[in-house]
Amino acid sequence: MSEDLYDRLVEGDHRALARAITNIENRAPGYRDLVSKLYAHAGDAEVIGITGSPGSGKSTLVDKLAVHYRERGETVGVIAVDPSSPFTGGAVLGDRVRMASNVGDMDVFVRSMSARGTLGGLSTATSDAVKALDAFGKDVIIIETVGAGQNEIDIVRTADTVAVLVPPGSGDSVQTLKAGILEIGDVFVVNKADKSGADRTVQELREMIQLRPDTPGPRGLASPAGGDGHHGHGHGDGHGQGHGSGPGHRDGHGGGGGHGGGNGHGGEHGESDVPWAEDEEEEETEAWVPRIVETVATKGEGVEELVETVDDHHAHLVESGQLEEKARTRTAEEIRTLLRQDTAGLLEGEVDRRGGMDDLVDAVLADETDPYTLADELIEPLAECLADRPDDGE
Amino acid sequence: MSTEERSAESERAIRCLIAKVGLDGHDRGAHVITRAFRDAGFEVIYSGLHKAPEEIVQAAVQEDVDVLGISILSGAHNTLIPKIIAGLEEYDAFEDTLLIVGGVIPDDDKEELKEMGVAEVFGPGTPIQETVEFVRENAPRR
Repeated sequence: MSEDLYDRLVEGDHRALARAITNIENRAPGYRDLVSKLYAHAGDAEVIGITGSPGSGKSTLVDKLAVHYRERGETVGVIAVDPSSPFTGGAVLGDRVRMASNVGDMDVFVRSMSARGTLGGLSTATSDAVKALDAFGKDVIIIETVGAGQNEIDIVRTADTVAVLVPPGSGDSVQTLKAGILEIGDVFVVNKADKSGADRTVQELREMIQLRPDTPGPRGLASPAGGDGHHGHGHGDGHGQGHGSGPGHRDGHGGGGGHGGGNGHGGEHGESDVPWAEDEEEEETEAWVPRIVETVATKGEGVEELVETVDDHHAHLVESGQLEEKARTRTAEEIRTLLRQDTAGLLEGEVDRRGGMDDLVDAVLADETDPYTLADELIEPLAECLADRPDDGE
Repeated sequence: MSTEERSAESERAIRCLIAKVGLDGHDRGAHVITRAFRDAGFEVIYSGLHKAPEEIVQAAVQEDVDVLGISILSGAHNTLIPKIIAGLEEYDAFEDTLLIVGGVIPDDDKEELKEMGVAEVFGPGTPIQETVEFVRENAPRR
């Protein structure tokens, strides 16, 4: 069944692609074999993440972006994630309503996904679904996150380029000082730019970008997200902190950086001026300074500029070698996630063998033991088993 | 335990597309059904108003829905629904999609629609719970 599905998918059968994504979402029997085979065919697509607050115009913008890519002759896959009910698990997936520009064009494959309780703005199945679209042969894959507030930053891990939508009037400059979603944008899109207050929002974003520590690009930015994976991405973290102590030092150059299109040189100058940049950054070309694009998605205004900016960012990732690095980080993350899931699954089985979670809870509530001791006991056989293994490769 | 059960349950969520087809601006019923299905734990994709049959087919195929619910109050069901069925067949998606219709459908037409492959027709005044139960019992198990 999964054999057949795989063959049909890589041959370009839409129904097979749709069913493959369903199986991935449902963790249906055979989905692991399917995804593991997809890896051989995936890796060519450009993945773009669109995030922003509810009602900021993500779906409409994605629709118009898809039109643009289609006009260039590229095929498009869209994954649109909406939240699920914390009470019933149900969901209303309404992003499709705004995506009517590509009707009748099956080369735009739109798939709505429920977050299924995941809180980071995507669902656990999203990255596997991206693999399916990639293996199917889509040139561009656009992921639209759940309407995000301030901290839904999972998209950094999945997308090559992240566009953060900031509608006019999203709060004063204090909001742009805060950590979180505004740190992850490679491109900031001030959508609904025909509304009053758009100028001010652009201005505030510009100031925010100018105040950034000196390694803005995705490298430094990826680290907060990659950070909880606690792996070898350490030097990104180092930058962020080290530079935080002197944020004002690049104001002069940053001013140039903020002016819409011509901001490439901002990063260049900034780095050569900074003494501590030398040893760490010698092999890097220049850091990416996030750009600001104004759009009116409903009318398609500014979409071309946005596409060009995304192209520029992608070219930058390729030239600087960051694309490869991102792919490495992502792969490491995927391995970790699988290990976590699989070991958790093993241990759940162990819990059941010991009478089930209710019994364990009872024991803790009766003061016979405590959660830490229990966890140690449950993990012990696993740890012993691993420790006893003779010269294992891993 | 209960979280385990619940997550296993939610992993097999029933996916539905609620679609408004043709020149029919009455979407109140579709909204009520969408909400009720959500509250029943289904994943509901809502099409929006004034969709052409081919748009609905495209959505149903790409979203791989278990259930396609078409809301029609315009009286054009006899022309529009066969087009949707033909489109689903073209993509090999008719067999494993539960097709239901809601709206104002005369009794004679009801029978005809069922012969075409519509699983059930829900007229005005149908208790919501009845529709939800019908979907739960009849959604294809894949």
